[in-house]
Amino acid sequence: MSLTRRLFGGAAPTALRATSLGYLGPEETWSWLLFGKNTQVRKLLTAAAVVICGAMATGAQAQATGDLGLVVERATGSLLVVDQSERASLGRIEGLGDLSHASLVYSPDERFAYVFGRDGGLTKVDILERRVVKRVMQAGNSIGGAISDDGRYVAVSNYDPGGVRVFDAGTLEMVADIPTGSKTIGLVDIPGTRFVFSLWDAGETWIADLSDVPPQITKITGMGKNPYDALVTGDGRTYIVGLFGEDHLTALDLWQESPAPRTILPGYAEGREGLPVYKMPHLEGWALAGTDFVLPAMGQHEVLWVDARTLDETGRTPTHGQPVFAMSRPDGRQVWVNFAHPLNDTIQVIDTLTKQIIHEFKPGPGVLHMEFTPRGREVWVSVRDVGRVMVYDTETFEKLSEIAAESPSGIFFTARAHKTGL
Amino acid sequence: MNKAALILALVAAPALAEPDARALERLVRQDCGSCHGLTLKGGLGPDIRAQALTHYEAEGLKAVILDGVPGTPMPPWRPLLTEAEAAWIADYLLNGESE
Repeated sequence: MSLTRRLFGGAAPTALRATSLGYLGPEETWSWLLFGKNTQVRKLLTAAAVVICGAMATGAQAQATGDLGLVVERATGSLLVVDQSERASLGRIEGLGDLSHASLVYSPDERFAYVFGRDGGLTKVDILERRVVKRVMQAGNSIGGAISDDGRYVAVSNYDPGGVRVFDAGTLEMVADIPTGSKTIGLVDIPGTRFVFSLWDAGETWIADLSDVPPQITKITGMGKNPYDALVTGDGRTYIVGLFGEDHLTALDLWQESPAPRTILPGYAEGREGLPVYKMPHLEGWALAGTDFVLPAMGQHEVLWVDARTLDETGRTPTHGQPVFAMSRPDGRQVWVNFAHPLNDTIQVIDTLTKQIIHEFKPGPGVLHMEFTPRGREVWVSVRDVGRVMVYDTETFEKLSEIAAESPSGIFFTARAHKTGL
Repeated sequence: MNKAALILALVAAPALAEPDARALERLVRQDCGSCHGLTLKGGLGPDIRAQALTHYEAEGLKAVILDGVPGTPMPPWRPLLTEAEAAWIADYLLNGESE
């Protein structure tokens, strides 16, 4: 780190908090490094640094990003920068285009976010400076993305033209184009600079290995009809696709040399009328709850449980409506569920041990997303139609705070930077 | 909440009056937008902007909204919308106010 950056914490002029003088480290290491035993010069420099830092305490100041997050404001094409500890919004980043159904991932240093817009826009933003660093229109219509385990590549999943495009995380220059001839969904990162994604039209899952360019592609056929979303577990081992066109889900064991599709939860809706699906469920890497995976059913008002090791069904929990997200709290002790239109004003909380609903409440119309603080103490909830993000204690269910936001949808805390598949 | 009661509440009130244009526009943007995009230019579902719907008459489009398209993810909206509301949405989509 350069001396200037060290002195000023490498932070943006707009950041909020002061860097303490202690940040300079014991005995002002930097000046010792520069000037060795020349005590006179060291003392002078140290004095100067203290004066400068004192002056800067009201100007350029540093802020760590570990407890920050971004809230997607879908209608206005903006992002709200939020502070988890303060339960407050710090500012807004604008000019990101159509952010309906947008998601984002973080750089390994938790300073930059890569935002995947519906309109095909890929935008790199700087959380500290609160500005757009670079924006490219990489396709006509997109659905999510991922960042490689080494932080070098950002991949985007596209509906139109169908396929995946991979970009250099630094420059957003395209490094690989992987056309699939199909709407492409369920894109995740796995270890080994690899990405996994699925083809809505073809019912295939592809693994792209980016450790060399051009990437090596492995195609797995027979995943099932119309995969609509997919997840990978935090260990990068189990990839599960949800199917619109079949009455089961399909899993892959990515640790195997040649992963083969495995049907899970066969016929879970058999003999029951499929209800209209007004919103496709989401599958996310929050599925592991205790020793089970918890998954939203399609066209049914229930969540489904499978043993994480054997993938055999272990139970079902009837719910208020059709689940959109069924998200395990980071410790796995609870599962929080929100629902599709027109029942999207409600959240239910399920106890993992008993698989029973232990709490139900109505944050307001349009509950679109939930994000736990990294150790699960709090949950932040987007309530689109009241223009608020609500913060709840996950043990007492008490509301702790409300933060104003324009049509909020996805909430993303920077801790995601260090998780596979998020 | 009792689901039947909720549906009744959603459907009964507008049935007695003119369709609530603001509520319906919001529904189109936010809920149809889940699949067709907030700008309606498509997503998992197709582009439903006016220029992409020229092969539809208002009646036919209304029927698609109310009864869905079997074999595709397009669900029947009849449980949530009245005939008049579906007609309003078909007109809204076809006449380009959705731009």
